[in-house]
Amino acid sequence: MANRITDIGPPHYEQFFPPVIKKNYGKWKSHEIVQPGVIKYTSETGDVCYAVRVGSARLITTDLIREIAEIADKYCEGYCRWTTRNNVEFHVTDEATLRALLDDLKGRKFPGGSYKFPVGGTGASVTNIVHTQGWVHCHTPAIDASGVVKAVMDDLFDYFGSHKLPAQVRIALACCLNMCGAVHCSDIAILGIHRKPPLVEDERITGVCEIPLAVAACPLGAIKPATVEVGGEQKKTVRVNQDRCMFCGNCYTMCPAMPLADGEGDGIAILVGGKISNRVSAPKFSKLVIPYIPNEPPRWPTAVKTVRRILETYAANADKYERLGEWAERIGWERFFEKCDIPFTEKSIDDYRLAYTTYHTTTQFKWSVHTDNL
Amino acid sequence: MADVKKHNTPMVDELKGGSWPSFVDDIEQKGLKGKQECLDLLGQLELSYEHKETHWKHGGIVGVFGYGGGVIGRYSDVPEKFPSIAHFHTIRLNQPSSKFYNSDFLRKMCDMWDHRGSGMTNLHGSTGDIVLLGTKTDELEPIFYDCTHQLGADLGGSGSNLRTPSCCVGKARCEYSCLDTQDICNDLTQTYQDELHRPAFPYKFKFKVSGCPNDCVAAIARSDCAIIGTWKDDIRIDQAAVQAYIGGELKPNAGAHSDRDWGPFDIQKEVIDLCPTNCMWMEGKELKIDNRECTRCMHCINVMPAALRPGVETGATILVGAKAPILEGAQLATLAIPFIRMESPYDELKDFVEKVWDWWMEEGKNRERFGELIQRQSIQEFLRRTGLKPIPQMVKEPRSNPYVFWSADEVEGGWERDVKAFRARHAA
Ligand code: HEM
Ligand code: HEM
Ligand code: HEM
Ligand code: SF4
Ligand code: SF4
Ligand code: SF4
Ligand code: SF4
Repeated sequence: MANRITDIGPPHYEQFFPPVIKKNYGKWKSHEIVQPGVIKYTSETGDVCYAVRVGSARLITTDLIREIAEIADKYCEGYCRWTTRNNVEFHVTDEATLRALLDDLKGRKFPGGSYKFPVGGTGASVTNIVHTQGWVHCHTPAIDASGVVKAVMDDLFDYFGSHKLPAQVRIALACCLNMCGAVHCSDIAILGIHRKPPLVEDERITGVCEIPLAVAACPLGAIKPATVEVGGEQKKTVRVNQDRCMFCGNCYTMCPAMPLADGEGDGIAILVGGKISNRVSAPKFSKLVIPYIPNEPPRWPTAVKTVRRILETYAANADKYERLGEWAERIGWERFFEKCDIPFTEKSIDDYRLAYTTYHTTTQFKWSVHTDNL
Repeated sequence: MADVKKHNTPMVDELKGGSWPSFVDDIEQKGLKGKQECLDLLGQLELSYEHKETHWKHGGIVGVFGYGGGVIGRYSDVPEKFPSIAHFHTIRLNQPSSKFYNSDFLRKMCDMWDHRGSGMTNLHGSTGDIVLLGTKTDELEPIFYDCTHQLGADLGGSGSNLRTPSCCVGKARCEYSCLDTQDICNDLTQTYQDELHRPAFPYKFKFKVSGCPNDCVAAIARSDCAIIGTWKDDIRIDQAAVQAYIGGELKPNAGAHSDRDWGPFDIQKEVIDLCPTNCMWMEGKELKIDNRECTRCMHCINVMPAALRPGVETGATILVGAKAPILEGAQLATLAIPFIRMESPYDELKDFVEKVWDWWMEEGKNRERFGELIQRQSIQEFLRRTGLKPIPQMVKEPRSNPYVFWSADEVEGGWERDVKAFRARHAA
């Protein structure tokens, strides 16, 4: 194509700053959340800016984006912003416009009755669930993403628009172990898992993948090259040592002739207690507390119920400012399982590499339901 | 307008109810206005809900001329049922730093995408890009042309290359920010266009920039190179505002706990006792901090934002090697540089980054993340390659085993020894 240009990079951010942001860049002095979803910033110059945060489904159409643009034009001089957790933010500088904007947002609904722009996600709330693609757009998922998120957020809707929790609770979902959504450091992580070893398409494998790559892909060395007879012909292929496979799907990523999706076998694992911020305690990984919940489209009732139970047990028991993982560590994991009424199974004991660092090497433990009958 | 064919989608339709924004309703409305792709996508999703399996085929290499990333191929495995989504490729467009937009840009993007794609998007992908979902192979070059010429926007990264850098809202709106996160993010993106668009790395590499240790973009958990703002001098204290918190005129944590009665604010319990280093105390009506002992965890500042502010001698802490669990297990980033000044054009940082890349490109195995290379070849090798000095800030605690890899030049007399001379002293 004529006049083709490349490597221009992203549009420069500054052209998209609302005037009040541009003027007060680096001069903000303090902030206050005036109501859930509305943060008021005060500048050294005396200016104020209200940021109104609304939820979004992340998977959105151009029509919804046009509606956001229309709202931005009407109230925000034509500007808006997206957050890292797929919320949308509108900025206004006076209370009258703020009230008008909030009223307007509340009235906008989809035909089925859901809010287009629910206000919330600040402070001690459950903010938007970061998530991946699921059955809507990826080739490796064990579960859907948008559907599970919709079901969970419908159930926790009240926690999005309020400040009732001891601290913020970040929920994340990834539809397979690749974890494109980086769920491994969330207060509550919903993770799609496969539970059956890959199939091997002997007839197709040499045509679509490099066998050494497939063999090398397996972190457990479970894949070996093999030669088999297909229709009287010797064919190069691979065999999987099924006892060693932990169903990560890495082989499928490298080799399309090794699919592992399975409607009956796939499902959800729940991990809890991760965090990213350095506030009070160090960042932590989420820990696996429920190894498997069946896949239950369209509303995943068991997963939804489980997430709510963990969230509410935490909310009822934790101290102010205490994140879910900090609470679990304070009371001890044995007590966490007891209080949340989650059965402890061998699956929550690490047996992957460097597992030893997670074992207890002290006589300091707590009595719990697990020891009562000893 | 061409007739659009709506599929029977009873399960997917269940997701129209409830309060949270329904992606199903949004997509269906768009479909009913004439976008068959939207209706076919819901149809295929229904099939996945029945089978509990995805109906997208594995991969498929597509792209625009001269670029090794930014487009991800996607094909339906049931194209006869849903022909309009037989090809449904993803475009990753590099977002502006911290994701502010104006309506003009958004409308142009929507017009382009309605014309050349499905009208469906992810705003945004987890990495940060504007993700445009669903187009056909022969539209890729025209889309690229429209984006670069009309939107002034370029593709982001995918594959084994630099991924689209991202940053928090920073100084644009947050008083905590110790860094110009937008400028750093934009500068790195522009400087490394070649690395972003033409894969030369063993695997993906991510930069994320957070203005302070609250780390709102999760840099420490998700980036190969996390740039997190910090300060070296003292936390700024406004003692009058401290009293306003104690007196109840100001709400703790900026009002983040407003819907529950936690009792009156207690500075001892809620701030001083929760300080992880016990470096705060009250002296009469004055709040004191032994700043030398502070680890800049942000707790006290978060609780009393109007009274406490980060210091003014600011810079960044650099941590490297975070990743999700595949393959060697999840890793948080490891502290490499406790403090680096961050003034444009960030030469000191870039010098470090380029040493990291040189080592990784030379020694990294196919699909080995940078953090995994450090695990395999050791932190010591990382320090040697980057010329960093070992300091106690790099570890939680010193090692507990004495299995040290001494080298020949570190021990007196080297490794060359004479076994005969040894035996002359010791009978066998
Ligand atoms: C009270 C001080 C804080 C302020 C002013 C603040 C400000 C912000 C802002 C402006 C965002 C949107 C950022 C973006 O999307 O780029 C954000 C998001 C976020 N913040 Fe903070 N933050 C604060 C404290 C914290 C703390 C203490 C944590 C963690 C413990 C935290 C974790 C996050 C996370 C994970 C996000 C992404 C959430 C979303 O986009 O919905 N923040 N924060
Ligand atoms: C070929 C298989 C893969 C495909 C098609 C794929 C696709 C994607 C997509 C589309 C995104 C953007 C996600 C979004 O829209 O939210 C993404 C992000 C990501 N992917 Fe993958 N991915 C694949 C393999 C992997 C693997 C093997 C890993 C782990 C080693 C991985 C880790 C991630 C992470 C951590 C992110 C997001 C990180 C961030 O938010 O910064 N992906 N991937
Ligand atoms: C990394 C190398 C090792 C170090 C640094 C080390 C260090 C020590 C130390 C400091 C003690 C306490 C000594 C004392 O009470 O005065 C000890 C005790 C002992 N070590 Fe080791 N040791 C090492 C390896 C081993 C190995 C490989 C074995 C056996 C195969 C071993 C067997 C023992 C035994 C049996 C005791 C006495 C234990 C007790 O009564 O508490 N050590 N070691
Ligand atoms: S987490 Fe797995 S299934 Fe989900 S989008 Fe990423 S690669 Fe695909
Ligand atoms: S799924 Fe993972 S563990 Fe199992 S064979 Fe494939 S690569 Fe190996
Ligand atoms: S990381 Fe720090 S500077 Fe950036 S938005 Fe979050 S609180 Fe503000
Ligand atoms: S920032 Fe953290 S460590 Fe420093 S004084 Fe405040 S609470 Fe203590």
